[in-house]
Amino acid sequence: MAEVLLSDAVRDLVRDGDTVALEGFTHLIPHAAGHELVRQGKRELALVRMTPDVIYDQLIGMGCARKLVFSWGGNPGVGSLHRLRDAVEHAWPRPLALEEHSHAGMAAAYAAGAAHLPFGVLRGYRGGDLPARTRVAPIVCPFTGEELAAVPAHRPDVGIIHAQRADRSGNVQLWGIVGVQKETVLASERTIVTVEEIVDDLEPRPGAVVIPSWVIDAVCVAPRGAHPSYAHGYYDRDNDFYLAWDTISRDRERFRTWMQNHVLETADISEYHESLREPVTA
Amino acid sequence: MSAHTPDEMMAVEAARRLADGTVCFVGIGLPSLAANLARRTHAPGCVLVYESGTIGPKPPELTLSIGDGELAETADAVVSVPEMFAYWLQGGRIDVGFLGAAQIDRHGNLNSTVIGTYEQPVVRLPGGGGAPEIATSVREVIVMLRHSTRAFVSALDFITSVGDNVRVVVTDLGILEPVDEELTLVALHPGASVEQARAETGWELRVADDLRTTEPPSATELSTLRTLRTKGAAA
Repeated sequence: MAEVLLSDAVRDLVRDGDTVALEGFTHLIPHAAGHELVRQGKRELALVRMTPDVIYDQLIGMGCARKLVFSWGGNPGVGSLHRLRDAVEHAWPRPLALEEHSHAGMAAAYAAGAAHLPFGVLRGYRGGDLPARTRVAPIVCPFTGEELAAVPAHRPDVGIIHAQRADRSGNVQLWGIVGVQKETVLASERTIVTVEEIVDDLEPRPGAVVIPSWVIDAVCVAPRGAHPSYAHGYYDRDNDFYLAWDTISRDRERFRTWMQNHVLETADISEYHESLREPVTA
Repeated sequence: MSAHTPDEMMAVEAARRLADGTVCFVGIGLPSLAANLARRTHAPGCVLVYESGTIGPKPPELTLSIGDGELAETADAVVSVPEMFAYWLQGGRIDVGFLGAAQIDRHGNLNSTVIGTYEQPVVRLPGGGGAPEIATSVREVIVMLRHSTRAFVSALDFITSVGDNVRVVVTDLGILEPVDEELTLVALHPGASVEQARAETGWELRVADDLRTTEPPSATELSTLRTLRTKGAAA
């Protein structure tokens, strides 16, 4: 598997209508890949993510998504996602179907998907109104009789993650908060991994996850490709950006202008970062 | 030292409920403030667990998100998110969970999903995240919520998590605890009145016969709390 351009990988591997999971739990969020989906005008996507944040707000606000499968949709530490809210509350720019889970349910669904099992099992969804609104069913343990919850496995058409680095053969290494990224890759039919850099050797790191090249379809170099999220050991979370996004995203016009200037009119991750050198106009 | 704010009173009261050695599932904002305060005062052995997968982090400052790098760097262990929810939370290894919400009812049920109907919400809130399983997997839930009739409602628009394990609700006016399966005002913070608490509660609030007054923050609690706030995390 050779290193490819992100734009080629997205063109070849993501189709309109696909179910796509861009995962990252606060850390290593694949923003550069999400921007490429917007640039290429992907449509009718069913987006899957435990914690849809700014990049999903952007995809939803740009009309790329028909459906969102999620468990917590907010701007962490800041508040609401205004584009997500506008889509759900006012169907702008288009209606958005929701399939809502709990974190434990989403995590179990990914783990089941990675194992190519049809469903995940958990001690969850007990009481409350969520079970009636989502795809979950009670299941009885055949050994103890305990009632548990079954959630259908996540099997996305495309899984996209960001990692710190890959070697020249395309083996990928990530560390720090590793979230649900390994499960996302193994659960998905096709996979794209963006990385900060390609190195000769993947020197072992404490707590690192290594994903072998042969379960990955494309490895693309995207330096600072998680921004405004972070890559542990490379750069910090841009907390100011998350705060600024609250203002930028509140207004439809301001949002569209920002997307025009920083995503649609930039060709790739390096031009995106170049465009941010001018102060963020909130 | 200047007088304390209502948020500081809330953080201090929540912190006092964490015994040394308690393992607690912490969200960002006031819960994080409370748990970090407990760890730096009376409960140095208190273990913080963040749903991002960090177990036992000792961050030098508060962080804006539950997944900042400082948490991973200072943690005893960093685990994947599926492991966090399956092995650690559902495995019954967490003593205390902190929850917040947009709405609470008299039974401690919480709503963080929608205001209005699910199909046509007036306000689409972020959703439950970890809350549904935190609420049913930990031994004790501590709710931190500012008192107002918008939040303390007679009927929730949506039940995101159930109140069975809610042991205490810490508000900016006082402390509510379940008595005969209904949240009851058991303590008032200094300066707050029963009338105020009743006015800010959307149901007829029961008041305990032996209503206590909360001990105001000590000089140590307050000064420790304020060193924690230096990063200016959203609380």
